[in-house]
Amino acid sequence: MDWFETGWGLSLIVFLPMAGAALVLLMPRKQERAAKFTALAFAFASFAGSVYAAFTFELGSSSQFQLGTDLSWISAIGSRFHIGIDGISLPLLVLSTLMTLLCIIYSWNHWPEPHNPKAFLVLMLILATGMNGTFVALDLVLFFIFFELVLLPMYFMIGIWGDRTKIRLPGFKKEVETRLYASIKFFLFTLFGSAFMLLGFLALYFKSDPHTFDMIALAEAGRAGAFAGAFGGWVFAALFLGFAVKVPMWPLHTWLPDAHTAAPTVGSVLLAAILLKLGSYGFIRISLPILPEQAQQWAPAIAILAVIAIIYGSLACLAQTDMKRLIAFSSVGHMGFVMLGIATLTDVGINAAVIGMVAHGLITGLLFFLAGSMQHRYHTREMSRLGGNMKLMPVLGGLLGFTAMASLGLPGLAGFWGEFMALLGAFNPLDGLSLTVFRTAMVIGAIGTVLTAGYLLWMLQKVNLGEPKEEWTSKQWHDADRFELAAWIPLVIAIFAVGVFPKIIFGATDGAVVELIRSAFGG
Amino acid sequence: MVMLAAYSEGAAHLTDGGLLAQWAWLIPVVPLVLMFGIVFFGKRLPMKGWELAEAAMLFVAVYGVALLVMNASDGISYEGSVEIARIGSFTLEWGWVVDGLSIMMYAVVGVVGLAVFTYAKGYMKGDVRYTWFFAAFTMFAGAMLVLVSAPNLIQLVVGWELVGLASYLLIAHYWEDHANVVAGNKAFLVNKIADVGLFIGVIIIGVTVGSFRFSDILEAIADGDSALQQVAFWGGLALFIGAMGKSAQFPFHVWLPDAMAGPTPVSSLMHAATMVTAGVYLVGRMFPLFQTDGFAVDVKAIMMVVGALTLFLTGLIALVQDDIKKVLAYSTLSQLGYMVTAMGAGAYTAGLFHLFTHAFFKGLLFLCAGSVIHAVHSNNMSDMGGLRKAMPWTYRTFLIGSLALAGIFPLAGFWSKDEILASISYDSGHGGGTIATVVLGVAIAGAFITAFYMARAVYLTFFGEYKGHAHPHESPKVMTYPLIGLGVLSAVAGFANIPGIFTGFTQWLAARPQVMGDHHAESIDFVLAGIGLAVALLGIAAGTRLWKRDAATQQARDTFRIPVLYPVLANKYYLDDLYAKAVVDPIKGPIARFTNWTNTYVIDGVVNAFGAVSVFLSRIVYQGVDQRGIDLAFNAAASATGEAGDAVRYTTSGRIQQYAGGLFVGAVLLVVGFLIFT
Repeated sequence: MDWFETGWGLSLIVFLPMAGAALVLLMPRKQERAAKFTALAFAFASFAGSVYAAFTFELGSSSQFQLGTDLSWISAIGSRFHIGIDGISLPLLVLSTLMTLLCIIYSWNHWPEPHNPKAFLVLMLILATGMNGTFVALDLVLFFIFFELVLLPMYFMIGIWGDRTKIRLPGFKKEVETRLYASIKFFLFTLFGSAFMLLGFLALYFKSDPHTFDMIALAEAGRAGAFAGAFGGWVFAALFLGFAVKVPMWPLHTWLPDAHTAAPTVGSVLLAAILLKLGSYGFIRISLPILPEQAQQWAPAIAILAVIAIIYGSLACLAQTDMKRLIAFSSVGHMGFVMLGIATLTDVGINAAVIGMVAHGLITGLLFFLAGSMQHRYHTREMSRLGGNMKLMPVLGGLLGFTAMASLGLPGLAGFWGEFMALLGAFNPLDGLSLTVFRTAMVIGAIGTVLTAGYLLWMLQKVNLGEPKEEWTSKQWHDADRFELAAWIPLVIAIFAVGVFPKIIFGATDGAVVELIRSAFGG
Repeated sequence: MVMLAAYSEGAAHLTDGGLLAQWAWLIPVVPLVLMFGIVFFGKRLPMKGWELAEAAMLFVAVYGVALLVMNASDGISYEGSVEIARIGSFTLEWGWVVDGLSIMMYAVVGVVGLAVFTYAKGYMKGDVRYTWFFAAFTMFAGAMLVLVSAPNLIQLVVGWELVGLASYLLIAHYWEDHANVVAGNKAFLVNKIADVGLFIGVIIIGVTVGSFRFSDILEAIADGDSALQQVAFWGGLALFIGAMGKSAQFPFHVWLPDAMAGPTPVSSLMHAATMVTAGVYLVGRMFPLFQTDGFAVDVKAIMMVVGALTLFLTGLIALVQDDIKKVLAYSTLSQLGYMVTAMGAGAYTAGLFHLFTHAFFKGLLFLCAGSVIHAVHSNNMSDMGGLRKAMPWTYRTFLIGSLALAGIFPLAGFWSKDEILASISYDSGHGGGTIATVVLGVAIAGAFITAFYMARAVYLTFFGEYKGHAHPHESPKVMTYPLIGLGVLSAVAGFANIPGIFTGFTQWLAARPQVMGDHHAESIDFVLAGIGLAVALLGIAAGTRLWKRDAATQQARDTFRIPVLYPVLANKYYLDDLYAKAVVDPIKGPIARFTNWTNTYVIDGVVNAFGAVSVFLSRIVYQGVDQRGIDLAFNAAASATGEAGDAVRYTTSGRIQQYAGGLFVGAVLLVVGFLIFT
């Protein structure tokens, strides 16, 4: 299929969900079934496209951008419709289309209040276009548009379908609904970062000669030293803010626990599984190749922030009483490992970061699904009220146990490789980086794995094990239904597969990562 | 007595083991595959999945023994591997190593495992999660074999963590009870703390050598790799810390006694015979690192001291336990201490030989204890007594196990313990110095304690008067046959290595491509053997005097309290309290809460303040920004989302657009200014 490989394939993967959204929008609101099937069909087509792309992708030259195209787009500013995937973006693209599909399957009969599946599906599909697009864009303007496109649907998802309990913020008199606070916080935080990111993009554009937004051309210019010195430092800082908010890195992470906790189940899943990766992907795709010199200067600081996130996130998890908030906070620590891997600027570290991103997407995505289904049944997330879930709902409980084990980095499951290889990379960072900083980071990161195990085991103890509390024993319980299982089993299989056979990911990433490191840092 | 500094014949004539070695990857794979079989189909099978578990162990036992026999006639050394991923310059491999050391472990896991799985069919009868129990137990076997068969450090870590998972699942098997879950968590977390050491050690050594393969690492050591020499001490120490967790060495030993919350077959196979010896196995696998000059030789002194502390301190605690499984658990700790001490003394063969014999007699003792518990429905020896008549086979086999453990001639423990004493004594004259001399004294004292507490256990359980309430009876055959089988092995396993007469075990274990630089005895040291035996007999005599002589009052005498010492021992040196109060509680409590507090009040305080100020400023400065236009866009989106309108209108009144617009205008202004400025 030649047409597929000349950019049409990727374009379809990106824009099919958007087309689906338009179609659903045209349907009458009463036709819920039609809307659902349309959304499912388009999401599936997008997923199938990405799987086909994965098989068409030539692994032997995974450092090359493949299946892409480069068309004139906004010629006034030299921005082009330049797309393509390499070994780093391929796994993330597949992850993104897969999660969208599973979220639609899960939603089939789990609609958060105030219902309205049509609107919800439209938002989900627009979100999908934004996420997929970010992973294929090779032009900074295009990247920025996709990157920002995810913002609105997620904002509405949280703001409309989110948690309605009222909270009082410290220092404020009036109570506010959680969903409103969380959605605005999410929006503003991200926008704050994006504003600086845009600033950085514009600066790169004006500094490059000829002016260009093309990532590949900019990377070449960066290698040649076009952005050396203080200018590059400022640009790196601006991009750093944009990406670090999204990851999120400590101390820019506080939007995350609020947004994840307040979001409807599917929103939390997509946030955790894909949206966070946009940030770390940005570091790998944009910051490192275009600004290699500054990346080396910033690397120790990033490593330090990363290990702070690991320890801080784990400690904060230990203090949570709300199950969903605990899972939300766990992302801070796990993304800390991803950032530690990136900061090493080594092939091992960045491979670890990518597999860590995929693993976190699968595992934390599944954890949020499970937490959502638990909340749906118990109508509470307070762990002190739960207990004995294994007895009430063995399938749900068993899956929760499995996923918690995956999340704490058990070998044989997906989470292990990212954690372990990130530590491995930190032992020998890129030549010239401070060994003291990185080796200390390695030891502290390793200690973080103990805390991670701690909060997850204690969560299982409180939620899953023991005897069920009296208030629950008389109720009728419905264990996982078939829509839930249909959404979860693929994730379970993927977690196993990546854990047992990491080549599924490394086979794609390694060539691209090695080439990235070689060309940017000569290492 | 003469000690050989290196095993001369070892490396010379090794075969590749032929097909049997090439297909040895089946050893870990068969249990793992059957484990999935039990999970998915177990409940539908006539014996509820037990048959698959038993088949797995039978396979491993037969395969392991076949390899053992082959290795005995011709040393085998084979390594197979498959690449599973490539990361930069590193290759991740899954493989299987078939050499003297791993073959010994295959055989032990298989044979003891077969006995325990057979026994478990009777013991676990009627269990709430019978099928799941065998699934998890089979997973343990598979994971343990993944660990043992690992030709590289990464695969070893994988197996290492997976046996930890199995341990957690099986300790917390009865998770309805809070205490069991706590015990499972404790085991997992204490091991995880030690794993920090393992991870770091693996990384230091693997990255420095540039390969995680044992063969490459040991070759680098043989070549005197100078880069490795520089980090060898820290790498070796870190690895040993990992080993201290899994092999429950002081001060990481606290998890093992609590692990007795698991069903007794689990205690027998995992927490006595095999899993807890993984640390010793790791040291044995990496032995030249610790034994070759210029590398991590200094770690050996630490090993010896840690082992000696463990063997002595935990042995004492065994004296004051009432729970028969706890007695055996502390005894296991003590014997692991012996193994580690031996490794520290440079005695590869002696340490692993004790691992070998201990697997049989301690596995046996736990199964006997399970048989008793099964009969009296209590773990406490204060509910037992006088059981030798009601349970003759359990009694006989328990006695054999106890005597073997105490080191009575000619049972298994006598030979292996004697070799350990001989090697420490040798070491004290060859580089071990004063430390080794002191440790030798401790090890001899430990032999007394061992005999003493086992005598107590035997008398309190099988002699005197029955004090329980249930009606004790001998266990069914499915349980007693494994006891008899292990009883026979506990009696004869020691003959596998009689220095100067039959050195089979030494040679089996030396079947590795590298020279281990082992210290082992060439002939029996009659003086040390005599001292060891005399001390053990003394311990039994003291035990007999205290607990046998007047059967009617033995229980009363057991509760007699030695001031100061008794409370210290009963409270396990207050270590658990120290860990809980000084480490776990502060982290879980104030430290975690403080972290969360900073999140809400410090970081978010800044965020919220920033937000408030920005809204205020935007109201003043950007009043003129095209609010209507942006409102329109938002309202258009709102109508698209149907009844979302209300909520959107609510948020639009939050002035988010003004803020957003402000930010973008600000950004554009900044960048323009910036460009002009540069």
